[in-house]
Amino acid sequence: MRQKMRALMLVAPLLIFVVVTFIVPILSMLFRSVENEIVPNTIPGTVVALSEWDGSTGQPPHEDVYRNLYIDLFKAEEAKQHTRLGTRLNYEQTGVSSLFRTTGRSLDDIGELWQDPLEAIDPNFEEGSFWFEMMSGTGGEGFLEQRRELMAAMSDENMSGDVGFVPSAEIIEMLPWTARAYTDFALWAAIRDGDTVAEEDPWESVYGALGMDLTNPDTVSAINSYNGAGASALQAAAANIDQLPDFGFREAFTQEDEDWGNAEVWATIKLYSPSMTPGYFLNSVDMSLTPDGVKMKPDNQQIYTTLFTRTLVMALIITGSCILLGYPVAWLLANLPMRTASILMILVLLPFWTSLLVRTSAWKVLLQQQGVINEILVWLGFVDDADRLILMNNATGTVIAMTHILLPFMILPLYSVMKTIPPSYQRAAKSLGATNWTAFWRVYFPQSVPGIGAGSILVFILAIGYYITPEIVGGTDGVFISNRIAYHISSSLNWGLAAALGSILLVVVLGLYWCYDKIVGIDNVKLGG
Amino acid sequence: MNEVISYVRRPELMTFTMPLVALLGAMFGFITGNIFGSPWIGFVLGAAVGAALAFVFSKIVKMKSKQKTLATAVVFGVVGLVFGGLGGLFGGFLVGISMGWFANWVGSGRYRAGVPIYYTPGQVLWHNAFLFICAFVFFFLIAPLLPVVWLSFNAENFFTFTPEMLSFKAEGYSLKHYRDFLGTDEWMVPLKNSLIIAPIATLISVSLGTLAAIGLSQSHVPGRQAMMAVLISPMIVPLIISATGMFFFYAPLGNWLELQLGLNQAFVGYVKVILAHAVLGIPFVIITVTATLVGFDKSLTRAAANMGANPVTTFFKVQMPLILPGVISGGLFAFITSFDEVVVVLFVGSARQQTLPWQMYTGLREQISPTILAAATILVSVSILLLLTVELLRRRSERLRGMSPG
Repeated sequence: MRQKMRALMLVAPLLIFVVVTFIVPILSMLFRSVENEIVPNTIPGTVVALSEWDGSTGQPPHEDVYRNLYIDLFKAEEAKQHTRLGTRLNYEQTGVSSLFRTTGRSLDDIGELWQDPLEAIDPNFEEGSFWFEMMSGTGGEGFLEQRRELMAAMSDENMSGDVGFVPSAEIIEMLPWTARAYTDFALWAAIRDGDTVAEEDPWESVYGALGMDLTNPDTVSAINSYNGAGASALQAAAANIDQLPDFGFREAFTQEDEDWGNAEVWATIKLYSPSMTPGYFLNSVDMSLTPDGVKMKPDNQQIYTTLFTRTLVMALIITGSCILLGYPVAWLLANLPMRTASILMILVLLPFWTSLLVRTSAWKVLLQQQGVINEILVWLGFVDDADRLILMNNATGTVIAMTHILLPFMILPLYSVMKTIPPSYQRAAKSLGATNWTAFWRVYFPQSVPGIGAGSILVFILAIGYYITPEIVGGTDGVFISNRIAYHISSSLNWGLAAALGSILLVVVLGLYWCYDKIVGIDNVKLGG
Repeated sequence: MNEVISYVRRPELMTFTMPLVALLGAMFGFITGNIFGSPWIGFVLGAAVGAALAFVFSKIVKMKSKQKTLATAVVFGVVGLVFGGLGGLFGGFLVGISMGWFANWVGSGRYRAGVPIYYTPGQVLWHNAFLFICAFVFFFLIAPLLPVVWLSFNAENFFTFTPEMLSFKAEGYSLKHYRDFLGTDEWMVPLKNSLIIAPIATLISVSLGTLAAIGLSQSHVPGRQAMMAVLISPMIVPLIISATGMFFFYAPLGNWLELQLGLNQAFVGYVKVILAHAVLGIPFVIITVTATLVGFDKSLTRAAANMGANPVTTFFKVQMPLILPGVISGGLFAFITSFDEVVVVLFVGSARQQTLPWQMYTGLREQISPTILAAATILVSVSILLLLTVELLRRRSERLRGMSPG
C-alpha cells in the first residue's frame, strides 16, 4: 500500500502538469465548439424579449424587442462589442455584420431624436448633475448588481468597484427603461472610464429610454403624483409628450437600416440566442441551422465535406505510398547482418531527426517551377522549357513531400516487427516445396501485418493532422482540414468553427488511436528503431 | 571479397555481359544525346561504348576492379570536360563510375554473390531489382537534403541553381548566407529564443517525466493504463488540435498573469510557450525512460537498501546512472520536439517569442531567401550530431543491459 502511494506520488506532479497544460486546453476547445455565449451576453434583454416572438409569421417582432435592442446595443457599442456580435451572427447570415456596424454608428443619432426635444422642454435635462440627483436614491442595490453582472458578461471586463451611485427604488419602479440605461451609463463611467458619475452627461440612450417610459400611460400618471428629485422636469416632459417623436424604436431602427424590419434577421438572432449551439458543428459538415430546421448548404458553399474527404483520401494515398516504399526497405534492414543494417539505418534516421522545416524547404527547392527537378528535366531535354511540370502548390506536391517526411514512421515499426520474424519459417516453407512467392505471401507477409498496421495507423494519424507542409507546398488543392482550422484561428477569427472542425478531427484521431492500442499497445511504441 | 568470387562463375561475355552493359550505355547515351537534341544517335553510340567497355574489361585481367571503375570514370570525365566544360566533367565522371561499376559487377559475375547458387536467373534478377528498389528508397530519403546544403552556398539571392554554380566556378559560391544568418538580428533573435525555450522546456519534461516513469514502472500501480494514455496523449493528438486548444486556453491565462499578477508581458509570453513545449515533449521522455526501466534489475535497489542506503541515495547512486542513457535520449527527443516545433508557437507565442522554425516558416511563405537554406544546413548538421549521440547512448544502454548492439 505504501509503495503504491509512493508510486502515485511520483506520477502525480506530471499527471497534474499534463492535465492542466494539455487536457484542459483540449477540453476548452471542445467546449468552444458549442459555446455561444456572445449572443446572450451582448444583448441579454433582447434575447429575453425575443423569446416570445413567433418567427414563423414573417412579421418583425414587437416594439419591446427593439427597445431592449437599443439599450443593449448602446452599451455594447460603448464597449465595442457590437461588431463582435455582428461578426458572430454573420457566420450564420451574411450581411448581419455590416448591419450591426452601421447601426452602431447611428445609435447616438437615434437617442438625439428624444434628447433634443427633452432638453427643449426642460433645460435641466442637459445637466449631468441633475440626472444624477434624479436617479439616485436608496433601495436599488440589487438592481445595480444585476446590471453590473450583465455589463461584466457583455464587456468581458472586470466591473467590480465602487460606482458612487445607487439607483432609487422608486425611480426603478416608475421609469424602468430609464433606470436601466442610466445605471449602465453610471457603471461604465465610474468603473471603466474612472469618472465621477454626477459630473458626466448621460448617454443618448438615457434620453431614448425616458422617451420609452413616457409612452406608457401608467408611467405618466405616476410621474404626475411623483414629488422626488427632478419631479418638475419629469412632469414638464410628461405634459409635453406631443413634442417627442411620435414613432417607436422599431421605426427608428428600420429607418437606419430596413434590414431591422426583416423577419429573417430576427429569426437568425433568435435561433442563435441560446448559450449553446450545434451551429458550428453543423457548419463544419456543410449544414446549417435555419428557422425551418437543419438543412444542407447550397452546393457551391459545401467546402468542409470536400475538405474532410480530401484530407482522408490524401492521408490514405500517403499511407499507401509509405507502405510501398517502406516495406522493401524494412525487409532489407531486418534481414541484413547487424553491422550493415545499422549503417543503413542511419539513412532512415537522419531524415527522421532532421527538422520538418528543413525537409519542407528541401521539397520546395526541388519541386518549384524553377526547382531542381524541373531544371534537370529541362536540361536533359525531356521537358520543354515553356511547359515545366507543376509539381508544387497542388496535391502532388503535398503527397510527395509528406511521403518523404512520414516514411521513417512507417519503416521503424515495420522493422521492429520484421526483426522478430524467424527466417527459418520461410526456409521451412521453401523446403516443403513452396515457391519464393508462396513462401513470402503465405508465411512471411501474414507475420508482418501487425507492423504494417502499426506503421499505417501512425502515418495516417500524423498525416491527417499535418499543417506546415501542406501550407507551404500544397497551394489550394493540396491543403488539409488542419489548414482550414489554422485559417479560422488566425485570419477569419471564426474560433467556434475552428474548434468544431478540430473536435471532429480529434474524434477521428482518437478512434484510430484506439485501434492502434488494440493492434500494438501503447507500451510498445518505440522510437529510433 | 575473393572467397566470394572464387565460386562465382564468370558469365558469358558475348551473350550476357556485353548486351547488358550495352543496354545501360544506351540508356545513358539516350539521355546525353537528348541534351544535344539527338537522343537516338546517343542511344546507338552509348550502346557501342557500353559493349566496348564490357569487352575491354573482360580482357584486362590484371587490373583490380576498383581501378577499372576509376579509370572508366576518368576517361568519361575527360570526354565530358571536352564537350560540356566543368559540368560535363562532373556528369561524365558520374556516368563513368556507374558504367565502370556495372560492367565490373556484371562481368565478374559478382551480381550472383548475394544469392544461393541454385537460384534461377529470374530469381537473381528479382533479387537484384529488389536491391535497386531499396537503393532508390534510400536515395529518396537522403537526396532531397543535398540540394539544400549545396544551394546554401549560392552567391546570388536565388532559391535555384545559377549557371555559375553548375559549372563550379568560384564566383558562383559564397558564404554570404551564413554571414546573413550569423550576423543579423532577423535570425539571431529567433535562434536565441529557440535556445531559451527548448532547454527549459526539456528540463521540465525530463525532470517530471523521469519521476513519473519511475513511478509507473513499479508493480501494481492502480490505473496504469489510463495514466499512460493521458501522459502519451500530447504525442497522439495532432499538433494543430493541440495548438488550437492551447490557443484558447493560454490567451486568457496570459492575460490573467499579466493583469492580476502584474508580470512582464515578454516573460509571460515565454512561460506560455515553454509550458506548451514541455507538455509536447513529455511522451517522448516517458516512452524512452519506461523502455529503459523495463530492463532495470530491481534487486539492485533492494541490495542498496539492504546495505543501508536511503531511497534518495539509491536513486542517485544506483538507479540514475543505469537509466541515464534512456533519460538523455528522451531528453534529446524532447529537445528536438521543442526546437523543431512551429505550429504551437505560431498559435501561442507572440512576435517576441519568434523561434528559429517560425522564422524559417515565415521565410518560406513570404520572402524566399537562401538564408533559410543556410539555417537548414546548420540544422541538418545539428541533427546529425544528435542522431549520433542517441545511437551511441542506445548502444551503451543495451550493452549495459547485456544485449547485443543493434
